[in-house]
Amino acid sequence: MAYLKGAMEYEPVIGLETHVQLKTRTKMWCGCANVYGAPPNTQVCPVCLGFPGALPVANEEALRLTVLTGLLLHCEIPRFAKFDRKNYFYPDSSKNYQVTQYDRPSTREGWMEFEFDGEGAADGIARVRITRAHLEEDVGKSTHFDRHSGVDFNRAGVPLLEIVSEPELRSAEMTYAYLKTLTQLLAHAGVSDCDLEKGMVRCDVNVSVRPKGETRLGAKIEIKNMNSFSGVRRALEYEIPRQIAALRRGETLRQETRRWDDDSGITEPMRTKEDAHDYRYFPEPDLMPFAPTESWLEEMRARVPELPLDRKRRFVRDYGLPEGDAEFFRHHVELGNFFEQAVKAGGASKPLANWVINTLVASLSAQAKTVADLRFTPGQLAELTELTASGRISSKIAQEVYTVMWDSGEAPNSIVARLGLAQVSDAGAIEELCRQAIAALPGPVDDFRKGKVAALNSLKGQVMKLSKGKANPQLAGELLEKLLRAG
Amino acid sequence: MLHQLTVAELTDRLDRRECSSTEALEACLGQMARVEGQLHSFLSWDEADARRQAAVADAAIASGAYRVERPLLGVPIALKDVFCQQGQPCGCGSRILQGFVSPYDATVVARLKAAGAVVFGRLNMDEFAMGSSTENSAYGPTLNPWDTSRIPGGSSGGCAAAVSANECFAALGSDTGGSIRQPAALCGIVGLKPTYGLVSRYGLVAFASSLDQVGPFTKDIRDSALVLQSIAGHDLHDSTSLPAPVPDYRTALTEGSLKGVRLGLPKEYQVGGMDPEVTAAFESALKQLTSLGAELVEVSLPHTEYAAATYYIIAPAEASANLSRFDGVRYGLRVDGSSPEEMNSRTRGAGFGPEVKRRIILGTYVLSSGYYDAFYVRAQKVRTLIRQDFLQAFEQVDAIVTPTTPTPAFRLGEKSEDPLQMYLSDIFTISCNLAGICGVSVPCGLTRSPRLPMGLQILAPPFGESTLFRVAHAYEQSTPWHRERSPLS
Ligand SMILES: [Zn+2]
Repeated sequence: MAYLKGAMEYEPVIGLETHVQLKTRTKMWCGCANVYGAPPNTQVCPVCLGFPGALPVANEEALRLTVLTGLLLHCEIPRFAKFDRKNYFYPDSSKNYQVTQYDRPSTREGWMEFEFDGEGAADGIARVRITRAHLEEDVGKSTHFDRHSGVDFNRAGVPLLEIVSEPELRSAEMTYAYLKTLTQLLAHAGVSDCDLEKGMVRCDVNVSVRPKGETRLGAKIEIKNMNSFSGVRRALEYEIPRQIAALRRGETLRQETRRWDDDSGITEPMRTKEDAHDYRYFPEPDLMPFAPTESWLEEMRARVPELPLDRKRRFVRDYGLPEGDAEFFRHHVELGNFFEQAVKAGGASKPLANWVINTLVASLSAQAKTVADLRFTPGQLAELTELTASGRISSKIAQEVYTVMWDSGEAPNSIVARLGLAQVSDAGAIEELCRQAIAALPGPVDDFRKGKVAALNSLKGQVMKLSKGKANPQLAGELLEKLLRAG
Repeated sequence: MLHQLTVAELTDRLDRRECSSTEALEACLGQMARVEGQLHSFLSWDEADARRQAAVADAAIASGAYRVERPLLGVPIALKDVFCQQGQPCGCGSRILQGFVSPYDATVVARLKAAGAVVFGRLNMDEFAMGSSTENSAYGPTLNPWDTSRIPGGSSGGCAAAVSANECFAALGSDTGGSIRQPAALCGIVGLKPTYGLVSRYGLVAFASSLDQVGPFTKDIRDSALVLQSIAGHDLHDSTSLPAPVPDYRTALTEGSLKGVRLGLPKEYQVGGMDPEVTAAFESALKQLTSLGAELVEVSLPHTEYAAATYYIIAPAEASANLSRFDGVRYGLRVDGSSPEEMNSRTRGAGFGPEVKRRIILGTYVLSSGYYDAFYVRAQKVRTLIRQDFLQAFEQVDAIVTPTTPTPAFRLGEKSEDPLQMYLSDIFTISCNLAGICGVSVPCGLTRSPRLPMGLQILAPPFGESTLFRVAHAYEQSTPWHRERSPLS
């Protein structure tokens, strides 16, 4: 039996509870500022200090951001949600109960997709189901001194979103990718700044292992209060082999809570199931249930920004861009928007993408400017690409027009007309220039006649030079060849 | 004597410049000096602050302030020790809040001040409003001004005794299961419990959040309407307050007749253990109401027998969480320990009295996993049924009438050893809180010997305060009882 156990293959099952501080102006229940880094106990009032008689009033924006997150994560938004009290004594809790959403959360049953290569993913994309995202309040922060402890309540009552995933993550790497994507998503939507340095994201990791092929879950080990993604990855890289090794030794794992020690790189037991809290949840009588109306939900739907991954897919699908270009526009939202507006103004997508990704990015970074500083419009960039595509100007001239347009915001058509930059396609005029070039460069003429076709390029260059770059290069080539073969 | 006036009488005199607010306050302070040694209605009072407020009021009156804008201008009003008043102690009759000074005004206190009242004095109460006799105060009981061997009722016993003994013109109390109406009845004055959501709870130290409501103690119904008018109305700081305009309650006081008014008599309220004099007083009140033109109709409130059990699950459950914040970390009493846990349990062990501990344990128990569904969830369902009982009854009648208490004031110590007996003294009042409706107690007679007051309770549908005032005012004005004053008044 021991032999069998040792040989057995195990797989980890990981679920996350991610706590994210919401980006609101004020706290969850009072008018105190939701700011980081103020001197201790300066952002407090009777409400967030849990003074006798104080009552909570729900922050509307926090409710909006919660539902917005639910929509981003493809969750159902129930028409009835409520707040509950979670009872436990701890000095950093100002009321000794936390107001949270227990059995009727504001959002539930959604999913999130993210790019990941490995087990649990298909075609580079993994999908994890989201159990719920519910709203609660943060607690204060304890600091322990030599002979006493202090509590800073500035953080008490800051709105906190808890996003619970189903236990569908399959590895430390996959967990890391999930967390990265989730926080990028929330930052992108303006739900949270997700600044890990400021403790805005903290998570509890639930991890168990089971023999491959088994469908039941193993004993759930919870690693509490992780505040960095690399910490989560390292903790899992430690914890998964630890559990597997224990099972291989024939030990039985029991449900427990463990603490991650970042310095020594190990997890250690904190408490077992037996001394788990009874939180005695019950509905918060100081707050009314939250019943979003259809028009309110409609407003929220309008606020949902495009998900980064969806954006990338759309740029490939709608504009026929290569993966690389689409990836670029997924990360550079402003430039992507500029590109899209240019396409809508009538430009061809691939040449426009090239202009934006190469020329525009280079000039922006050279002058340390942003898209908002641009003097020209997306429509003018589209006009420029059209001038090149139709042959009215050469690509070399286009660069010149671009420089003028960058400085002044003048329309390309107007620049071309004003400076007389339009390509010359009048055969008579070009033929005259070709004769001059043939007369001026006997060497290449000879070479060409001896069969060196490449010598035509020197002659063509001379024609372009004589025309100040305005001669239609294709026409010039054709005429040169005709004259040379004729003569 | 000035202190014997009602609020309305005092404001008339103030407006006619026949007396000053300062004189009215001094009359109260003088009366307190005479009777406090026997009554112990007040836990503390700040004379200097009160005199400053009275002087400000006098200056405003002298400069021609409009009575309509500040209906309580110059009127001394006292507070149960459960309301926060900026710069004043707020102790809830408990040791655990020793030394706590409130940094803010409760909404009702701010509204009294805005209406011009001279807000002074902290009135005694059962610790955290848990009790029916004021014997659970950590600072000793208040006594009944009609007979100082008896309790004044509770939990707002200090309010009832003080108004009954003319130590203040009116007082604000809180009512979670009868804590305004019961002591008002036992002290022979008017006590009003408004509809849940009509008066803000912000700054009222919570006992049971879904049941607590703020209301006035006054010498008559006119004053009750006057004070309610000043404190009622939506408050952005209380999510459970109703965002609706407050009606003008004065219009309810004009009608002397009760013609066309249907009054319900709940058949389930004919309980055993009633004092015969209370029964007799109630019956003669019914006769009086009939003679005023009211029609009496029997109604049924079938879930009445479950009200006490329901109440003693929901109220302690909410209290167990509400009282968790008293841990010695941020304010009030702190008994040090070698760890936060030890400090917490020592502080609470020393700070709370036995009745509070009893209810915290009870509440913790009914919320515990494994018991929650059987107790708390079931109690909430029964509560809904009780509310439906009342709403159905109010389809047939305009108001319901009952005795306020089954007996007149009992003797000190008579029930304090038996919590269950004590709980039963609230039998007629607790359903009103569970149903979230409104109720008032008006004096309806005196027992023969000793002369002890009895109360008539009138209950009306949610936001039916105007109906309460109409019925109670017509009754009061046609009977002598509201003019009867205690020997200590
Ligand atoms: Zn605050």
